[in-house]
Amino acid sequence: MGWPQLLRPWVFPAALLGLLEVAARWLVPGSDALAPPSQTAMAFGRALMAQGDDSVLQATTFTLTSAALGLMLGAALGLALGIVLGLSRRAAAMGFLSIEVLRPVPSVALIPLAMLVFGFGYRMEVSVVAFATFWPLLILTQAAVRQVEPQLLEVAHALGLSPWARTTQIVLPAMVPRLFIALRLGVSIALVVAVTVEIAANPSGMGYAMMIAQQSLEPDLMLAWLFWIGVVGYGINLATLRLQRAVAQRMGEVNLEAKP
Amino acid sequence: MNATTQTPRGRAQAESVLVLALLLALWWLASHQQWVSKVFLPTPEATLESLAQGLGSGGELSGFTLDTIVRMLLGWLLASAIGIALGALIGASNTARIWIAPTLEFLRPLPASAVMPLAISLFGLSSGMVLSVVAFGAMWPVLLATVHGLAAVHVRLREVATALQLSRTAFVFKIGLPNAMPDILSGMRLSMTVSLIVAVVGEMIASQSGLGQAILLAARSFRASELFAGIVLLGAIGFASNALLAVLERKVLKWQRP
Repeated sequence: MGWPQLLRPWVFPAALLGLLEVAARWLVPGSDALAPPSQTAMAFGRALMAQGDDSVLQATTFTLTSAALGLMLGAALGLALGIVLGLSRRAAAMGFLSIEVLRPVPSVALIPLAMLVFGFGYRMEVSVVAFATFWPLLILTQAAVRQVEPQLLEVAHALGLSPWARTTQIVLPAMVPRLFIALRLGVSIALVVAVTVEIAANPSGMGYAMMIAQQSLEPDLMLAWLFWIGVVGYGINLATLRLQRAVAQRMGEVNLEAKP
Repeated sequence: MNATTQTPRGRAQAESVLVLALLLALWWLASHQQWVSKVFLPTPEATLESLAQGLGSGGELSGFTLDTIVRMLLGWLLASAIGIALGALIGASNTARIWIAPTLEFLRPLPASAVMPLAISLFGLSSGMVLSVVAFGAMWPVLLATVHGLAAVHVRLREVATALQLSRTAFVFKIGLPNAMPDILSGMRLSMTVSLIVAVVGEMIASQSGLGQAILLAARSFRASELFAGIVLLGAIGFASNALLAVLERKVLKWQRP
């Protein structure tokens, strides 16, 4: 691949940024709402240097920690219940109605409840993220268990394995590639929900830093945060995609795209 | 659908209802036995009463529910229209796709709510601001599905289009978009979920009348039963919109199945 090909993805965003620079400098100079990209870059540099509560490192750590803890909680619960519902048709039929009734509740509707129960801080954010990631992981795990080769389960039966041994030695290893697809979806949901909780209520993290920048009429800082949230989200999504592909290569290809 | 519980299907349904009833009973027990403080967990009866009061004459909840539904639907329709139009524009040309697609991939994981501060400083704390963020956030699934659907048109169909000397516009409308329909519809289903979420967040931040604002105010003044009533209504909206779209999807895609 020559350098023109490598440069190609950058042309369109560069043109957009150039347009924004011109528009912000000449059409609305000194605006409280928009800032030219050059000023945004400078504001981002200042925020990187800053120490204390509003530093980039601290806010990013808070958001990512909450997202990761929430995902771990939601994924663990979703995985456990998903395996049970996937292995037993009867259990799946029994839980069907309750799941269909509870699942459509939008995760953000729980923000006020989490606020009431936990107050502000890690716990409320983690709980909302866990609720949001629980459902997709439950559904995808259930589907993944269903797609485990029936012959493998027959082998387990023939060997007289206990249900626990069957789950840990046959089912779990067989569904690892599909599980990573589910986890990738969970990661992106966790990040989006964590930032949303911070923007709507929780006074910490990247989302809150962005809200504060807007409220104190610093459009350059606000846009810098928006850009940084985008970069973090893109980086994490790319990393999980690589991980999922590596796992799929090692453990056997799965012939499907993740369908949310 | 047999009323007799002798058939396996009927038994499964009865058990399904029983599990839900057990969960409700657990809620009843937990709230009455004070396992969880009444401040957080109202009794089912209190929630039902708040629902009945709010939805009855003189109650505010029915108006709020309507506001949220209208916001969600308007934003979703806007998002679908813009998403399909932009997606068709980008997807119809290979050149546009090569140059623009990487930027779209960068923007896709961006949380829709993260655009809200920018929208507030551009449009102020208005209902138009909320609507614009709902439309922006919900546009991505539809846009990407359209681009993907147009790109995935089978080579044979492309050859047919060349043989018939179809113009690019004719190709998009006669072959591309119908071919992308399943992708677009599942994108629209996802974007409906996003619409509801962003609409609720917008109502919370910008204090626009709706269920989002209602549940936030209820939580702030420790009226747990009203908070739960709002959550129940939001769940009902999510459930109903999803079910309706599933029916619609089946109807629209009827021609695809033999």
